[in-house]
Amino acid sequence: MNVNEKLDIQNILKDLDQYEPRRRGWTWRIPEKNLVMGENIYLDASKPLQNSIPLPAAKYFDFIDPQPIQVITSEIASGRFEDDIRRMRMAAWHGADHLMVIRTAGQSHFDGLIEGTPQGVGGVPISRKQVRAQRKALDLIEDEVGRPINYHSYVSGVAGPDIAVMFAEEGVNGAHQDPQYNVLYRNINMVRSFVDAAESKQIMSWANILQIDGAHNANATAMVAWKVMPELMVQHAINSLFSVKAGIKKENIALSTVPPTASPAPDIRINLPYAKALRDFFSDYKMRAQMNTKYMESSTREATVTHVLNMMISKLTSADIQSTITPDEGRNVPWHMYNVEACDTAKQALIGMDGLLELVELKEEGYLPEKVRELKERAVLFFEELISTGGYFEAVEKGFFIDSGIYPERNGDGISRKIDGGVGANTVYARDEDYMAPVTAHFGYNNIKQYGLCEGDNPSSLIGGCTFEDRSKIIYIDELDETDNVNVRMDETKKYRNTKLVKPEVEWLGDGTVVIDITLPTSIKYAEAASLEIAKQMNLMEAEVIHKEVLHPAEATRIQVKGKINFDIDLETLTLPKEPDILSDKEIRDYIEEHPMTIIAGTVGEDEHSVGLREIIDIKHGGIEKYGIKCIYLGTSVPISKLVDAAIEANADAILMSTIISHDDVHYKNMKKTHDLAVEKGVRDRLIIIAGGTQVTPELAKKQGVDAGFGRGTKGNHVASFLVKRKEEMDDN
Amino acid sequence: MNKHLTREDDFEQRRQHLKSLSEEELKQRFWDLADQATKPLIDLAKQNTTPAIERSVLLRMGFSSLEANALVQKIIGHQLIGKGAGHVVYRYSTLKKISIRQAGLDLLQNHGWQEVISSFEVKQ
Repeated sequence: MNVNEKLDIQNILKDLDQYEPRRRGWTWRIPEKNLVMGENIYLDASKPLQNSIPLPAAKYFDFIDPQPIQVITSEIASGRFEDDIRRMRMAAWHGADHLMVIRTAGQSHFDGLIEGTPQGVGGVPISRKQVRAQRKALDLIEDEVGRPINYHSYVSGVAGPDIAVMFAEEGVNGAHQDPQYNVLYRNINMVRSFVDAAESKQIMSWANILQIDGAHNANATAMVAWKVMPELMVQHAINSLFSVKAGIKKENIALSTVPPTASPAPDIRINLPYAKALRDFFSDYKMRAQMNTKYMESSTREATVTHVLNMMISKLTSADIQSTITPDEGRNVPWHMYNVEACDTAKQALIGMDGLLELVELKEEGYLPEKVRELKERAVLFFEELISTGGYFEAVEKGFFIDSGIYPERNGDGISRKIDGGVGANTVYARDEDYMAPVTAHFGYNNIKQYGLCEGDNPSSLIGGCTFEDRSKIIYIDELDETDNVNVRMDETKKYRNTKLVKPEVEWLGDGTVVIDITLPTSIKYAEAASLEIAKQMNLMEAEVIHKEVLHPAEATRIQVKGKINFDIDLETLTLPKEPDILSDKEIRDYIEEHPMTIIAGTVGEDEHSVGLREIIDIKHGGIEKYGIKCIYLGTSVPISKLVDAAIEANADAILMSTIISHDDVHYKNMKKTHDLAVEKGVRDRLIIIAGGTQVTPELAKKQGVDAGFGRGTKGNHVASFLVKRKEEMDDN
Repeated sequence: MNKHLTREDDFEQRRQHLKSLSEEELKQRFWDLADQATKPLIDLAKQNTTPAIERSVLLRMGFSSLEANALVQKIIGHQLIGKGAGHVVYRYSTLKKISIRQAGLDLLQNHGWQEVISSFEVKQ
């Protein structure tokens, strides 16, 4: 796959009936102890990628992109899997290697496999065709980035075993499986859920699928999230041990654990003891560190900070998988750029805290161990009462779970389900003495002796192997619905595929959605209405306020509005700014050797920024010094007059002025001042003046009278090339 | 929602039997209780089956999801689910000496049920 070409979705959808997954099972990152990248040594990093997008600040660090040791999850499920594939490629380039697909609303209650590719709501309808297409695309993407990517969805609802079989056949690498999730949040009959779960887990075990449980949902559902901590440990234990008994190896069982509270609560003081208690009790199991969603509002900034604090907990305790939550999840089904932001947040925070436990350690006396002990005892007490009340089913009936009290406190508001109630009640059947199932990975009683097999023989030998041994037996269904499928949707957006037409998008090709960020000097009440009126006058369709923030009750309100545009941009009609004309290093060096050059450099105005200018001049950053240009650096906050006087005194050929602060266009005003002063002193015609800075637009700079302006992304050779050419021109005249 | 038991936090009284346990003993107790809680659940799963489990067996035997669903419905209708759906298809294929797939498709066409039922000696 060419990195400069888009994924060919049509090609991915072709010949899916022939697709075979290249592997089964979960893959962890490969740790690289004491990894050296640039000038840094990393203690908790993993094997670097072949292709990736580093953090923005990496430009100051030779563009290194160290990868944390934790597998990083990104949840991508917009309702159209064909568009999600493109987002998966973006996420993988930003460090995700665990791509999780949320199911469409209602799939839990669908009694069987969904086939074809209908559009989803709040998630994707998980079907064999959709799974094959995404797994096939991930094969290409993992080769491109150079790291295996784990593909993940859900084995739950009333069709758990059906889905588990399909996942095992199709090479799905990870799955949520927790019967308690069915019971508590989907109101699926509890007996059915547990009987189904054992079969699902046995199948997952055969396929080496990593299991993640569902206990984190208790946190998101509970009225007072942090008070469910003792119960969470009980839920984790029930699913974990039940899974072991159903055949899953402990190393393939991951707890989905969430720091239960968030700021403005004292986040770390409450969350850290819980994280420690959990890891003490579950030392044999893997930890999938989920992030807090309970208190997510529409501020993406607030969510991001919560998630960074969550990752501090991960670093202070442990996390095998670090989940990410898109910071826009509190206001819409996640968008492309927020998946990418979330991956970057995780990478930035985890790499930033690299080796943290080499610097600090958790206290072994005082508040922390006392709180840890208390939580453990509360969990044990919960279990004791669960047993004495008659077991798990009875405890659920009596509303033990998701009670808002911190156990043994109880507020009587837990979720209660009836043993004989819920979806799928009365669909559990006793196996007769001659019950038999001639397949691999079947859980429980199976009378194969009646057909001459011994214990330990594979029952599927009775039928010459099942689909797990012979995948040619799998029956592939392409589409069932002529009007609701990927082909119809792709036809509707055809004009944006492999053409020069573009339209903004946040989730689906051609969705046309844009966000405008508006600050209005008025109260929230008026600001909201005014923003919608602004959107209307900007011709945005379906405008909707997605975020409001009071800056001051009377002074100002910030509003974010989303809306759609209904025009396309034809890339063919655009005029692109000219690429900088660059000379080779040798050409520059040869010229300077014959025509020695001196420049005066400094950051002007009341401005202490120095990094950009130093990069342009310093030899070690590939700056212009390396060509033999003599650079006199005056430092920061240099007055304009000093810059010009120094140039005259040194008989310099050029002034390089850096100007970062752009408030009230002060950067352009300073350029004009420099030009004017040079004219006034009679040196302008022999002095080259160059202005640079992140907010500098070359054309606007030239309008102020300077010879050239250089903006973001400028390198030493750009400036040196210009100096040489301008000097040649001046000599010619 | 039904109102369930309410109780003040009586942690201090309740924990008396736990407070002298070492960390290791407390952990052991936690997992012993987990073992007691999950034992009846796993036993239940061993001795019972469901339409979803039986569909998953038929999927593994080479039937499509649509076929598996229809077959399981018919097997429940004929009160043969306790034998196992896969077993029913397997039995018919051996009785008629036809492939597994052909046996399933024939049963879907409502052929052969009487032979299967009598071979299992099930009273309808």
